Amino acid sequence: MAWETVIGLEIHAQLATKSKIFSGASIAYGAEPNTQACVVDLALPGVLPVLNKRALEMAVKFGLAIGADVPRVSIFARKNYFYPDLPQGYQISQFDLPVVGKGYLDIPLESGGTKRVGVTRAHLEQDAGKSLHEDFQGLTGIDLNRAGTPLLEIVSEPEISNAKEAVAYMKKIHALVQYLQICDGNMQEGSFRCDANVSVRPVGQKEFGTRAEVKNLNSFRFVEKAINHEVERQIDLIESGQKIVQETRLYDPDKNETRSMRSKEEANDYRYFPCPDLLPVIVSDELKEQIRADLPELPEAKCQRFIDELGLSEKDALGLSAQRDIAEYFEVVAEGSGEVKLSANWVMGELSASLNREDIAVADCPVSAELLAGLVQRIADKTISGKIAKGIFTAMWDGGGDADSIIESKGLKQITDTGAITAMVAEVIANNPSQAEQYRAGKEQLIGFFVGQVMKASKGKANPAQVNQELVKLLKA
Amino acid sequence: MHKKSLAELSALLSSGETSSVELTRYFLDRIAMYDGDINSFVTVTEEQALQSAAQADKMIADGKAQVLTGIPLAQKDIFCTQDVRTACGSKMLDNFIAPYNATVVEKLNATGMPMLGKLNMDEFAMGSSNETSFYGAVKNPWDLERVPGGSSGGSAAAVAAGLAPIATGTDTGGSIRQPASLTGLSGLKPTYGRVSRWGMIAFASSLDQAGMLAHSAEDCALLLQGIAGFDEKDSTSVDRAVPDYSADLNKPLKGLKVGLPKEYFGEGLDSKVGAIIDEAIAEYQRLGAEMIEISLPNTHLAVPAYYVIAPAECSSNLSRYDGVRYGYRCEDPKDLSDMYERSRGEAFGYEVKRRIMMGAYALSSGYYDAYYLKAQKIRRLISADFEDAFSQVDVIMGPTAPTTAFKLGEKADDPITMYLSDIYTIAVNLAGLPAMSIPAGLADGLPVGLQLIGNYFDEAGLLNVAHQFQQSTDWHRQSPAAYN
Amino acid sequence: MSLSADEVKKIAYLARISIKEENIHAYAENLSGILDLVAQMDAVNTDNVKPMAHPQEMIQRLREDKVTEVNQREQFQRNAPATEVGLYLVPKVIE
Repeated sequence: MAWETVIGLEIHAQLATKSKIFSGASIAYGAEPNTQACVVDLALPGVLPVLNKRALEMAVKFGLAIGADVPRVSIFARKNYFYPDLPQGYQISQFDLPVVGKGYLDIPLESGGTKRVGVTRAHLEQDAGKSLHEDFQGLTGIDLNRAGTPLLEIVSEPEISNAKEAVAYMKKIHALVQYLQICDGNMQEGSFRCDANVSVRPVGQKEFGTRAEVKNLNSFRFVEKAINHEVERQIDLIESGQKIVQETRLYDPDKNETRSMRSKEEANDYRYFPCPDLLPVIVSDELKEQIRADLPELPEAKCQRFIDELGLSEKDALGLSAQRDIAEYFEVVAEGSGEVKLSANWVMGELSASLNREDIAVADCPVSAELLAGLVQRIADKTISGKIAKGIFTAMWDGGGDADSIIESKGLKQITDTGAITAMVAEVIANNPSQAEQYRAGKEQLIGFFVGQVMKASKGKANPAQVNQELVKLLKA
Repeated sequence: MHKKSLAELSALLSSGETSSVELTRYFLDRIAMYDGDINSFVTVTEEQALQSAAQADKMIADGKAQVLTGIPLAQKDIFCTQDVRTACGSKMLDNFIAPYNATVVEKLNATGMPMLGKLNMDEFAMGSSNETSFYGAVKNPWDLERVPGGSSGGSAAAVAAGLAPIATGTDTGGSIRQPASLTGLSGLKPTYGRVSRWGMIAFASSLDQAGMLAHSAEDCALLLQGIAGFDEKDSTSVDRAVPDYSADLNKPLKGLKVGLPKEYFGEGLDSKVGAIIDEAIAEYQRLGAEMIEISLPNTHLAVPAYYVIAPAECSSNLSRYDGVRYGYRCEDPKDLSDMYERSRGEAFGYEVKRRIMMGAYALSSGYYDAYYLKAQKIRRLISADFEDAFSQVDVIMGPTAPTTAFKLGEKADDPITMYLSDIYTIAVNLAGLPAMSIPAGLADGLPVGLQLIGNYFDEAGLLNVAHQFQQSTDWHRQSPAAYN
Repeated sequence: MSLSADEVKKIAYLARISIKEENIHAYAENLSGILDLVAQMDAVNTDNVKPMAHPQEMIQRLREDKVTEVNQREQFQRNAPATEVGLYLVPKVIE
């Protein structure tokens, strides 16, 4: 039998506020346990929540960016369940009236083209704390620093058909929230995580199959592997005549399998009701317009502009627009140097490689966009060759100053004087008579050998194009 | 000294005829002498009170005193008090030392009112007789075999017996007004949102409101001035100017339109209580008020709607008591579930458990619409009844409670009968209106309270109406003979 | 409306409250009594009534995104039944 997979994703993005969603405690990552859990986060008797304005604005920003309906009124509700890392015994979330309604995203398909995936809703809620299962004499330790951190839960329609699409959708949201600067996207620290609702059904069947919710997917790779595993598990079960149980399953990356989380299954009657400590949240038209006006150019628009206005290829434009900081860096380099294609090559090549190698963000890059623009200019005007430029880039990375002063101090200026090049070429030909003979006899690929010899003799400073030209001229003479 | 009004005490303090330390000592001595029988205090903060009193005396000497400076008071044990046990009448919080102050406490501390101690109450404010307290029942100073009402029973008994000049209370369904009625006091529940709920341990968040129990409306006005106002820590607190609550006390009542809801005078009202209420109404007519019969047609639905909404909110509000971060944890839990179930099962009393279970049921899947949503709609109808009424009248009057104080144990085993003792007070909380109970007379030697219900934020109007009655009668000056 | 012993047990579990076997009957009776009282609401048609969640028709006020709280862990944990290295300890959580 042929099977079809139906996937819906619930993405939790931690909002990049300074303080928690309902309290004035810091959300900074990595503090000592329970040092960022104030009376509200600890749910002491008598405490009350007040909504963080920035968190609301960030949610609205996301809604506007995905073309969603952002209703005027939204409501906070309590989701009641007992868990040691949930201090109130309920999570303040949104149920009936979320802050962001229906929207959509277009995701790129491997086969080319795009697919539109609906976003059902996005709502604000508070994160829980962390349970640490290392052994404290057989007990579990609870750290509530994360309790109350603002989350935006983004729920997709069940319109994703396979693991690859799921990853593409997740990457798209990941890029978008960073573009909007509402989430740092750090998946290792758990700032961006995902649960997947997975079900299978025979091709052609209208009704959905029974779904399982797979939790703890904190990398793109895990999402893909977990979904593939879960699909396989479900098909195997059905084909062997068994039934799928609607349940929550935990993905174990070490074993590459999902297993049932029975503890979460015991009672999932969450008894949602409007939180009596919080009032209806109003997003006025003015606030919406103000946030809309402040929206940055979004990845798709930027990509299109790079193609239309800068004349970049689709591949380059996609690559450069995926991350906002990279895109902005690129634009400064291109503008400063006046060399679009060369700038694109350098940003996606040497710069990205160095950032990855050193594992640092663009903001912390020691080579500013202005410095790189200066370097690109010198390549373009043939002051230096591309190869020399790599050395200069390394020097700039190590704090050597701008391209011109490095070229000057190290004497790296490209040799373009025809006389000097002709002399070097003549000498190399004279020193390698047998290769010259072979070349003349028709082994023209030896040109590369001669270019290499001349470049070596010039310590890389000779203009390669001129060298080539002179070699051909003299060898054929 | 214990019969003096706050204004009189304030005058004695500012003239130097007495000091705050002396006054505080005086009340501490009375507590030591009388509270053994009454059981109104669960914690007496003697040392702290005397220290605060000394500071208050300094404020007075430095000319920095306000009217309330130096006058001691007692706090219902529902308000968090920093470094002082805040138990809320429950074994669950028997060992809980609050690390912060409620806004009400903070404000009164700042005005220089020494806190004598924390007052007994029904567990988590759930009760109408003060019999559900982990710290034992409170006795009514008028008759030690009777209840003082609840949940602010400790507050009522302490003030009625002259153990504190005034006390704070909270009112979710009548918890200030009913005990005030049963102990011959003036009790005010302000408009929902007028007084901050920050640090006031939640029972039912959309109904809870802080107020006070005192000897007179005039005293209530002074304390309300000290606690009312916007608080940015409470999202439901109303950002609205606080008027001078004493300014209109002496306004004549001529032309005042008083609504008498016929539903408050029907079956279930004790005839002797009814007669006293009629007499009070007659007194108001003599003061120039015009009586208008009105109808609040959904009154009979208030108790049913309340016993869905209050338990639903409480079931969620009390989920935080799980034995993880503070409060009671059972001995040797065998696993997580056992810890939750036994900690909560062992530390909550029957009434609290009943209400939590009732609330969990009302919110559970399949029942939400029939119970919770329905109750919220009824709440709208009840609120609309009042809205209609206040388009015709300035204030609504009727009995506070259907009977005088009942005997200890009389209704303890029958929750429904107990719930019906709040039949006249509950609708006010559902609507969020301000209301008072003031002493209107004695029936067989026991106090009867007259309830006054005002329009939103018209505390000043209510206090004026109450004060004028107290200018022409002296029921509010009556006190139980044993504690004279 | 009358609740069965099983329903009472289910509600008690939902609320994480242990109740003794011998008290189940009393809870069932009390809760059923409250449900009967509450059932009076059924007599009223509320089809076109908007539910009322709060007494005041107010809107949520917003807090500026500022860190105002400092670390008070030591003080807070004085109230805790069990802690170690700054963590609250609970019986093992099995996921």
